[in-house]
Amino acid sequence: MTQMSNPLLRVDNLTMMYGDRVGCKDVSFELRPGEVLGIVGESGSGKSTLLRSISAQQEPTKGTVQYNTRIDGVCDVYQMSEAQRRLLMRTDWAFVHQNPRDGLRMNVSAGANIGERLMAIGDRHYGNIRSNADAWLGKVEIASERLDDLPSTFSGGMQQRLQIARNLVTSPRLVFMDEPTGGLDVSVQARLLDLLRGLVHDLNLAVIIVTHDLAVARLLSHRLMVMQQGKVIEHGLTDQVLDDPQHPYTQLLVSSILQN
Amino acid sequence: MSEMLHAQNVAKSFTLHTQGSVTIPVFQGVDFTLSGGECIALTGESGSGKSTFMRMLYANYTCSDGSIKVFHDGDWLDITTASPHSILEVRKRTMGYVSQFLRVIPRVPTLEIVAEPLVALGTARETAMDKARDLLTRLRIPERLWQLSPLTFSGGEQQRVNIARGFITDYPIMLLDEPTASLDAQNRATVLALIEEAKGRGAAIAGIFHDHETRDAVCTGSFDVTSFKVGAND
Repeated sequence: MTQMSNPLLRVDNLTMMYGDRVGCKDVSFELRPGEVLGIVGESGSGKSTLLRSISAQQEPTKGTVQYNTRIDGVCDVYQMSEAQRRLLMRTDWAFVHQNPRDGLRMNVSAGANIGERLMAIGDRHYGNIRSNADAWLGKVEIASERLDDLPSTFSGGMQQRLQIARNLVTSPRLVFMDEPTGGLDVSVQARLLDLLRGLVHDLNLAVIIVTHDLAVARLLSHRLMVMQQGKVIEHGLTDQVLDDPQHPYTQLLVSSILQN
Repeated sequence: MSEMLHAQNVAKSFTLHTQGSVTIPVFQGVDFTLSGGECIALTGESGSGKSTFMRMLYANYTCSDGSIKVFHDGDWLDITTASPHSILEVRKRTMGYVSQFLRVIPRVPTLEIVAEPLVALGTARETAMDKARDLLTRLRIPERLWQLSPLTFSGGEQQRVNIARGFITDYPIMLLDEPTASLDAQNRATVLALIEEAKGRGAAIAGIFHDHETRDAVCTGSFDVTSFKVGAND
């Protein structure tokens, strides 16, 4: 039963200071396999800082991030060796950026973008890499004939799906997403949401998704964390937080959504 | 039949921080039990808090006081204090909720939306799809619409998709918020039949029904939330 599964990630009292300024403060939570955690809050509330500190991109001022690795069990992400951390980041973890240009290599083909992550973990068989890349293009609904095209010839929505394929090809267990539907128009957004939800379910992915779009948070995440001025002010079941918010700021956030 | 849900001394008030922090008390001291095989109608005039109470039973709303225990996996779980993870498990396997609103990702076909709760339980995809087809047929959703997103459907059709999705799983506890509102006579009869079948297999059901005929046809008892309104007995 999933309820018994151990946490995949455990964050304790994570604090990131920029001099005297608070990036994020005293954040603690656990994440299990298959669980999607949404982080919402206005710009500057510390969402992205938190995501970077958890995903080993920026060492926090205080606090710990522990990850249940496949080989060595639970490890402190900032205590492991540089090589160990790099391996983790390109195999078991994935990072989907808001701007696909930050997550893709724009001057090599779509196939090479996907294949690169496979080669980084030691895959050397060209035929396998190519067929694997092709299969992943299919999963993110990009036609095979675009395999040798440069990402720069793709639309924004396609680039975003390519970035997801590049990230998921190594079968990660934890995916970090920073506003993955941010710059996309609504029809493309719906398609991406549908795709992400399917992949999360089929691959039992744990996801931490930062978004300012409460509708996206509602549709994708099981749990929601609301941030304001670097602190988590409300944390709970997604529909409970959105439908019966307790904190003044969450109430303001929810009541500010435009109705259509 | 055995007890499936037990609410004790439940209270609810809303504090509206964005509107001068005014506190609106809804009710207090609610005791409510629900057993297998019964269908209890939640009654009270419009605005009395029927839907609010139902949302609390589903843990969609928090409780200000009291406990709501649900019989889940052979044990009692208080959903007012349970972890989000446990509540999601309860919703997946023990307690279903047919709301008045359909909230789905655009472009996902109706058939998949209906089948989804059963697939999530681990049922084979084709079996789940077959059952979804059966329910959609019974609820008179034309087959040509099954591959389309229900977001483009009429209100009555969306309501029926919601019902199909709610009834595809044999939940031990079911909460129904106006399941027959905006349905014509034929479809209402189908929903009543579905409720009867659920009762027959021993489900514990609480419902809000806008018309007397529906209530009289399927309910084994009623529960008036008005008597628990704050100030009702002052």
